[in-house]
Amino acid sequence: MSSRSQALMFNDGRLHMNDGPIDLIIEAFGDREQITQAYRAAAERFVTVLDELCGELSMLRQSPDDGAPPIGVIARRMTAAVRPYASQTFITPMAAVAGAVAEEILIAMTTTAELSRAYVNNGGDIALHLTPGERFVVGMVERPDRASLFGTAAIEFNDPIRGIATSGWRGRSFSLGIADAVTVLADTAAMADAAATVIANSVDLPGHPDVVRVPACELAPDNDLGERLVTQGVGELQAHEVSSALASGVCRSRELRAAGLIRAAALSLKGVVRIVGADSQSRLFLSRERNLIHA
Amino acid sequence: MIDDAIRCDACPVLCYIKPGRTGSCDRYANHDGQLVRLDPHVVLERSVSRGESVVPFLGESRDWDGSLVSGEGMFVTAIGAGTTYPDYKPAPFIISSKVEGVEMVTVVTEGIFSYCGVKLKIDTDRHLGAECSAVHAQGEVVGHVTTNEYGSQMLSLGGVRHLTGGSRHEGVVTCETLLNLCNGKAAELAIENGARVVVQADKPPVVDGVQEERMRVGCGSATIGMFAKQWYGKVDEVVVVDDHITGVLSEHQAGKLLGVAETGIKMKGRRSTPGRYFKVAEPGTSWGGTNLTDPLSILDAFDAREAWAGLRLLMVSTTGEHYAYFELDEKLLPAEKELPKALQESVERIRENCEPALCTVLFMGGAGGSLRAGVTENPVKLTHAVRDALTRVTCGGAPVYVWPGGGITIMVDVSRMPENAFGYVPTPALVAPIEFTLKLSDYATLGGYMDHVRPVESINREEDSRKRMNARPENPWPLESGKAGQKT
Repeated sequence: MSSRSQALMFNDGRLHMNDGPIDLIIEAFGDREQITQAYRAAAERFVTVLDELCGELSMLRQSPDDGAPPIGVIARRMTAAVRPYASQTFITPMAAVAGAVAEEILIAMTTTAELSRAYVNNGGDIALHLTPGERFVVGMVERPDRASLFGTAAIEFNDPIRGIATSGWRGRSFSLGIADAVTVLADTAAMADAAATVIANSVDLPGHPDVVRVPACELAPDNDLGERLVTQGVGELQAHEVSSALASGVCRSRELRAAGLIRAAALSLKGVVRIVGADSQSRLFLSRERNLIHA
Repeated sequence: MIDDAIRCDACPVLCYIKPGRTGSCDRYANHDGQLVRLDPHVVLERSVSRGESVVPFLGESRDWDGSLVSGEGMFVTAIGAGTTYPDYKPAPFIISSKVEGVEMVTVVTEGIFSYCGVKLKIDTDRHLGAECSAVHAQGEVVGHVTTNEYGSQMLSLGGVRHLTGGSRHEGVVTCETLLNLCNGKAAELAIENGARVVVQADKPPVVDGVQEERMRVGCGSATIGMFAKQWYGKVDEVVVVDDHITGVLSEHQAGKLLGVAETGIKMKGRRSTPGRYFKVAEPGTSWGGTNLTDPLSILDAFDAREAWAGLRLLMVSTTGEHYAYFELDEKLLPAEKELPKALQESVERIRENCEPALCTVLFMGGAGGSLRAGVTENPVKLTHAVRDALTRVTCGGAPVYVWPGGGITIMVDVSRMPENAFGYVPTPALVAPIEFTLKLSDYATLGGYMDHVRPVESINREEDSRKRMNARPENPWPLESGKAGQKT
């Protein structure tokens, strides 16, 4: 391994890998030997991931149509995931980086070992592997700093869903919208990642005086969003304002669902949650009770 | 565009990081122009640091025998435990370790405390404000003056009413004030119709711009009582100058009992009871908390019927910092002389008996709510286990006092906790680390999450995401002794 990246085992059988801003939690299920083999493959693939991405970073921070396609396999997956949105809105391949990396590591594992199921969780953007009869239940959290599950997503082998991603202004990446969290289920993790970003941006109250917006470059000079205003605080909102902001996100989610870009989405703002795709295809369940860890 | 940003070279992303911001990894930050690594999770180490190395994953199976590192001298605190994004899950860390052959388990969580506050003890005799007066910070009421204790003024800050019961701004300012005090930072407080104080845990208070140095040994009258025997026979009269009560040996009950003769001394100020005088001068920063520079200015002429030439007079402050020795001349006027050796000792004794003036901050909070559900599926059993001393509670490894009665209401001296142990959520509420340590077998009985228990050695391996600190030697080791773990 490079001296920079790390791969460490949790005692409960999960693998934690870290390199720069990439933080992966991985778990594989199946025969013991197969799991070991899968983890070895994951760690071997992981070593070069950050360097591959950084080699093309300036390109990945621009609109996908601005230049020649990238070289790296992850970079190409990122570009493909954001391309459907590029004609309507400003988006760069970086909007899909987390999901694309998760997918790449999962592919390395599943092409090397026979696993009954596996996941790669890259900071909340998750790539899934399932075999017949297997399922995953994933908890959805509104805010990274609070222990509150607002719902769960149950995904089975027969579902087309293999990617989950969450975006919101409180997360590590900047958002143009005010959603606390938008969780998207899609066919791949990179698709889910791009869509979550787009939907979270659309949950918004343009011009609202109690939303604090700062040019992205003032916070992080090299961010791909440049001088675009990113949300840094959301004050108290009236109930009708919450509804209105969520409504525009719901509208956008429906468009993406009709276009086959997502399967379902859960949008959360100030404790109010809206679900898109609430039919038999959707695997989203809302919690009745909040599990806030509270003194 | 990039001006004040620094470039992080920790990884090939090479982020430009603005002051006060973190890079894209959230692990490196620009702190006043310096690139610093943020350490999210604090692990206390009992021994001085050992040259441990990271255990690499590759080339090893996942069955470690734990032989490289031992978990015995290690205690995982809750600081940072609740915020391990992205591996977020409601369950806190549950760590097992072996202590003297007994399997112990520590449930580590960061609790969100809406019911919490700070009890602040300020060592000063200066009048800070009347009891029940409001205490303001940044223009908001954040607490009140409570009882006056011996040599100290007490403030009660925070509490749920100021945090969430008032205006949004009141709550935010209260939260910030509590957070600063709990994390060992200074806070400026203004007391209604009283003083402005700057307070900081384990530091002397600054009252109206003047730093307090020592606590007085007692009031002037008490000082007479304490030292009368040591003065008797060595000096004829002693005046202990104090802004609160100035004591006079020959008139004081202690002097009378010893048979000290009348000296004809005449004090200014208002006599309270024999030998005890109020308001001999104005409050200040000199002799005994008064504004005196010349101690003789509080004396009128001696009464010629009782005084005599050669009468020996000692004047001293309640801290021993100021003193002067006089003998009366033929005209019965005090003339300053060198302090006799026999009296030097008594002045030195006063000074020795004074303690440094400090502010002390006790965090108080109630952990009786659903936080317990992160520990066990049967929350009231945790309360009972704490009550029965089967479970030890610590905050960042520091011992706590658990109030008797219902719930788990704790008090902890923040200066015994690691630095910056507290956080907040915008509710507003304080986030404080809290650890519950008990025998593994008791934990099972309690309905604990046995399938989430992980050995402390597994924490060792996550070297890079943890901050290791040496445990404070004055604190009992959280995993050892006491009742927890011994009772069966």
